[in-house]
Amino acid sequence: MATKTIEPKAPALVRAWEWITETQVWTSIFRHTAPINDRNRVLVMLSNVFLHMHPVRLRKSGVRLRYTWCMGGISFFLFLVLTFTGLLLMFYYRPTLEYAYSDIVGLREHVPLGIMREMHRWGAHAMVITVWLHMFRVFMTGSYKPPREFNWNVGVIMLVLTLLLSFTGYLLPWDQLAVWAITVGSNMARATPLAGYEGPGAAFMTLGGVPLVHQADDARFALLGGTLVGEGALLRFYVLHCVALPLVIGFLMAVHFWRVRKDGGISGPL
Amino acid sequence: MDALKSFIDLFADPRLFFALTVSALALAVWKREAFASNSWGWGLMVFLTIFFGFGLTDENFVLIIAKPDNVPIVALIFLLLFFTWYSMREGVLNDRRIAAGKPPVEKDEEDRVWTWPDLVYTELIAMVVCMVVLIVWSIVLEAPIEQPANNANTPNPSKAPWYFLGLQEMLVYFDPWLAGVVLPGLIVVGLMAIPYIDKNPKGNGYYTFNERKAEITIFLFGFVVLWSSLIVLGTFLRGPNWNFFGPFEYWDIHKLEALTNVQLSEYIWVRGLGMALPDHWFIREIFGIGLTLLYVAVLPVALAKKGLAKYYEKLGPARYYVTVLLFLMMLSLPVKMLMRWVFNLKYIVSIPEFFLNI
Ligand code: HEM
Repeated sequence: MATKTIEPKAPALVRAWEWITETQVWTSIFRHTAPINDRNRVLVMLSNVFLHMHPVRLRKSGVRLRYTWCMGGISFFLFLVLTFTGLLLMFYYRPTLEYAYSDIVGLREHVPLGIMREMHRWGAHAMVITVWLHMFRVFMTGSYKPPREFNWNVGVIMLVLTLLLSFTGYLLPWDQLAVWAITVGSNMARATPLAGYEGPGAAFMTLGGVPLVHQADDARFALLGGTLVGEGALLRFYVLHCVALPLVIGFLMAVHFWRVRKDGGISGPL
Repeated sequence: MDALKSFIDLFADPRLFFALTVSALALAVWKREAFASNSWGWGLMVFLTIFFGFGLTDENFVLIIAKPDNVPIVALIFLLLFFTWYSMREGVLNDRRIAAGKPPVEKDEEDRVWTWPDLVYTELIAMVVCMVVLIVWSIVLEAPIEQPANNANTPNPSKAPWYFLGLQEMLVYFDPWLAGVVLPGLIVVGLMAIPYIDKNPKGNGYYTFNERKAEITIFLFGFVVLWSSLIVLGTFLRGPNWNFFGPFEYWDIHKLEALTNVQLSEYIWVRGLGMALPDHWFIREIFGIGLTLLYVAVLPVALAKKGLAKYYEKLGPARYYVTVLLFLMMLSLPVKMLMRWVFNLKYIVSIPEFFLNI
């Protein structure tokens, strides 16, 4: 009599996984099976919108921490964290003289698990540092040299934007620390040559004897929307911080990553 | 203990602090073969850790280090010194290979690897580590919130956000139009110009020092000494009235520093020639204006003939002049610092009539 051998059943979890990955829902999302063979390692990079920023394969030195310090990637990740936590903060924060300060205090007092403000603030400080270090590594590996000159420049602009984002955000808590830091910082603008009312040459900026540049009409006024750090400045900084600057820097990041690929991937000796 | 603290306080004086950072950098670059060793790298980190650990026993030190917004700068000190050491080390290691006729390590790592898993897993781990660090940091350290804004009550000292404190420190030596507008603008312009003025084709895509000596030395001087060390100075060592305070010193509002700074015009007309200051600004400032023109206009031309002739040949006129002008602008800060420290010089040119002081 022939004996029937019974295959041992796969563990329940494995079977559940197999079942899930065969459903129509799953296969509609993931067009191929796990990247465990070379074909799928290509497919996963080409078919996934988040992964497609990467090449399919890249030089070994490019994946080494030793070479990139991962600082560009960490800067980008911090930017995403900041966007997310910033969004949550926007639910609670109103940029007016009346509410700004108390909304920030309220974040700590009334919001459960209230570390969003901390994550946003420390994340921002960290991003400034990682962007500097990223620039440092790009310099030390000579990666700004042809053909990557343009991408270095995109980077410099993003560095400035990172600082501006941090600077505009610094005002929003509307406490002594915030207002006076921004006062000190923005006071510089009134010394802008020709365009600030205490700047060299501003006295020459007249039209038919009428001074064009004065306390209520100069570079600092344009920045603050007033002659001191007040309501106008709060609104301006809020809009710049939450809308304008993130949009611009996000756009430039897309350009930056695209160019990293188009310039031949992470740099290496020719 | 106290003797040690006052000794350190003494060395933190802006003059010595600056001289020390400059000499440390010069030494690190000059003796890079030794500096690149692991024992130096570890030694540096351990030394810093001990220094900050020791500092935490002092209440004045804690007051300033543990200010929530200053914590990132402590991290910056560690990270910056580490990465300066590290990139020098990688450069020296590659230089040794090149000297032995081998290509840099990066050349040996030219083979392609799969992005999945080699890169995506690294990225995943990096993200997790970052997230953990950020969450722990956020739980341990509360974000600061002070009294509500009050335009009538100026805190002393009033400091800009920490990443601008290098610029604020420049205000000691330059007027706002230079320290706050022109020089920051030139920093950005200078950074953007780097790929276009650096014609050296070597050192593209790998660490090296010997193949890019001048570039790297200048960059380190700008980034580590002028930019970063002045941030540290501005954050930790400047107290009320922007007076200097050692790390272990109490921030006394009433500390007085003698202000005996003198204009160049006064030096020449009054003290040198024994005359009264001329009335017209142009005659009064003629020497300062001449000196400034000498620095920005004559010096580059002279250097092209002698001194930097080699670079003039290599770069061509356009690149040469842009490079030298940017470089002289960068050096203008240490030059002005020296003039202040040695001669108590306030302004080289001082024309308050047009808000123009240099
Ligand atoms: C806002 C922040 C920035 C983000 C999110 C960012 C992101 C990245 C990423 C992810 C890479 C891939 C390689 C790596 O991680 O090192 C990269 C490469 C590069 N970045 Fe950035 N970057 C930023 C700012 C900068 C700055 C300030 C500079 C220079 C001034 C710069 C210049 C470059 C260059 C030249 C490359 C190509 C490097 C190579 O091929 O080796 N980036 N960036």
